[in-house]
Amino acid sequence: MNLTRMYGLFLRHFYLITRSFPRILDLIYWPSIQITLWGFISNFFAINSTYYNNAVGVILTCAILYDFLFRTSIGFNMLFLEEIWSRNFTNLFIAPMKISEIIISLIVTALIRALIGLVPAILLTSPLFGISILDLGIYLFLLFLSLYIFGITLGILVSAGLLRFGPSFENIAWSTMFLLAPFGCIYYPIEILPEIFQKIAYTLPLVYIFEEARNILINNVVNLENIFTALKLNMVYLIIAISLFYFSFNVARKKGTLINIGE
Amino acid sequence: MNYLVEVKNLKKNYSSKEAVRGISFNIQEEQILGLLGPNGSGKTTTIGMLLGLLKPSAGEIKIDKMNFETNRIDILSKINFISPYIELPKKLTVKQNLTVYGKLYNIKSLKERIEYLTEKLRLDELLNRVTGELSSGQKNRVSLAKALVNKPKVLFLDEPTASLDPEIGDFVRSFLETYKKENKISILLASHNMNEVTRLCKSILMMKDGVIIDKGSPSDLIKKHGRKNLEEVFLKLSRNNHESY
Repeated sequence: MNLTRMYGLFLRHFYLITRSFPRILDLIYWPSIQITLWGFISNFFAINSTYYNNAVGVILTCAILYDFLFRTSIGFNMLFLEEIWSRNFTNLFIAPMKISEIIISLIVTALIRALIGLVPAILLTSPLFGISILDLGIYLFLLFLSLYIFGITLGILVSAGLLRFGPSFENIAWSTMFLLAPFGCIYYPIEILPEIFQKIAYTLPLVYIFEEARNILINNVVNLENIFTALKLNMVYLIIAISLFYFSFNVARKKGTLINIGE
Repeated sequence: MNYLVEVKNLKKNYSSKEAVRGISFNIQEEQILGLLGPNGSGKTTTIGMLLGLLKPSAGEIKIDKMNFETNRIDILSKINFISPYIELPKKLTVKQNLTVYGKLYNIKSLKERIEYLTEKLRLDELLNRVTGELSSGQKNRVSLAKALVNKPKVLFLDEPTASLDPEIGDFVRSFLETYKKENKISILLASHNMNEVTRLCKSILMMKDGVIIDKGSPSDLIKKHGRKNLEEVFLKLSRNNHESY
């Protein structure tokens, strides 16, 4: 592992973000809009729902958690897509960077991108809705960690698809999160899902994360088993995603996709 | 003979075709080797394999005595590439791009290296400009600076002066000649500009249908095929069936 090389790749995206005010605004704008929208919906449900009436801000907290997941995943994909759009792909893959260095560098950059968007949105929730996500206490860190790992796992999986199939895989990059959202039980308990969907949902870490967030906020009880199950599942998916990325890189070298994407 | 690049029986098959069919050649230290051939002859595939972007179906590539497949990262740090078909990030300034690539190649004295390339390639006034807003001639010089940022031992050039006006094209060719002499690097030049190839290369490989159909110095090839210049040799070889050679 070479820190200078990883820093170089981070710098490429840092320069890109800091050179463009619209880009910074874009990173902040959508999470803020999303959180504000869900803040008002949350307020409405808090007044009119028996399920949520004791826990103002459950929906909003879940919206913030989901947005963090969404931003991390899309952020990772964007870093990869930027190289394709700018026709810089070949330059990147003829630089002496190990695949592990590329992945780590993009993982860190994706986190920073996600935080640039999310921190202002979180700061908005307190004055606007009188809610703080910090109510989740120290477990907030574990929930964020789980979501971060799953977000980058999805990002790595989609990037592996881009490597293997080229830019035609781009549409998948945008739709992954929307496909998984219903199974994540972000805003509702898992019992709402049909049985077959419940079985699918239990294979994803999301359901454990969001169930636990609601558990803490509504019942004031912490079930560590949920948190650790999510982390364990995350590790399995992350290992699969990284293995698939290496596999896709090797297939791309055999099939010539790296050249076709680059030009 | 000290070879920096050794290619032995290199093949690349895709599912439906054989793009490169068992080619072998070497590039000596300080040599500029020309790689000519019509579109679809296998030049890009060959360069792709030499850059590690493509995995050969068979054969061996050694650069600086190291096998490519087992020393990919070490070799990539010693080579570089320019093509008008790939670009540097457009939204970054020239200086930012050179800094990023300097870091990716882990260059120790990066500031000095950028200063050196800035002076040699007349980039002073471009350093703080956004790369995407430069003219094609300016972009070409910036790409050249990026390609030399790691002091490569071997430089792969794919149409390095395509779409440049004659003055800038001449500047790039003169620069390459001087840089090669001063830094003792080897160059593989793929080009359709026969005057450029005649000027820069002492040795040429002619490719067609994935094989090397002829090789030699420009003057030897012109003499051998009884033509006036390299362009006529190229046309003759491109139009004829290679089995006749």
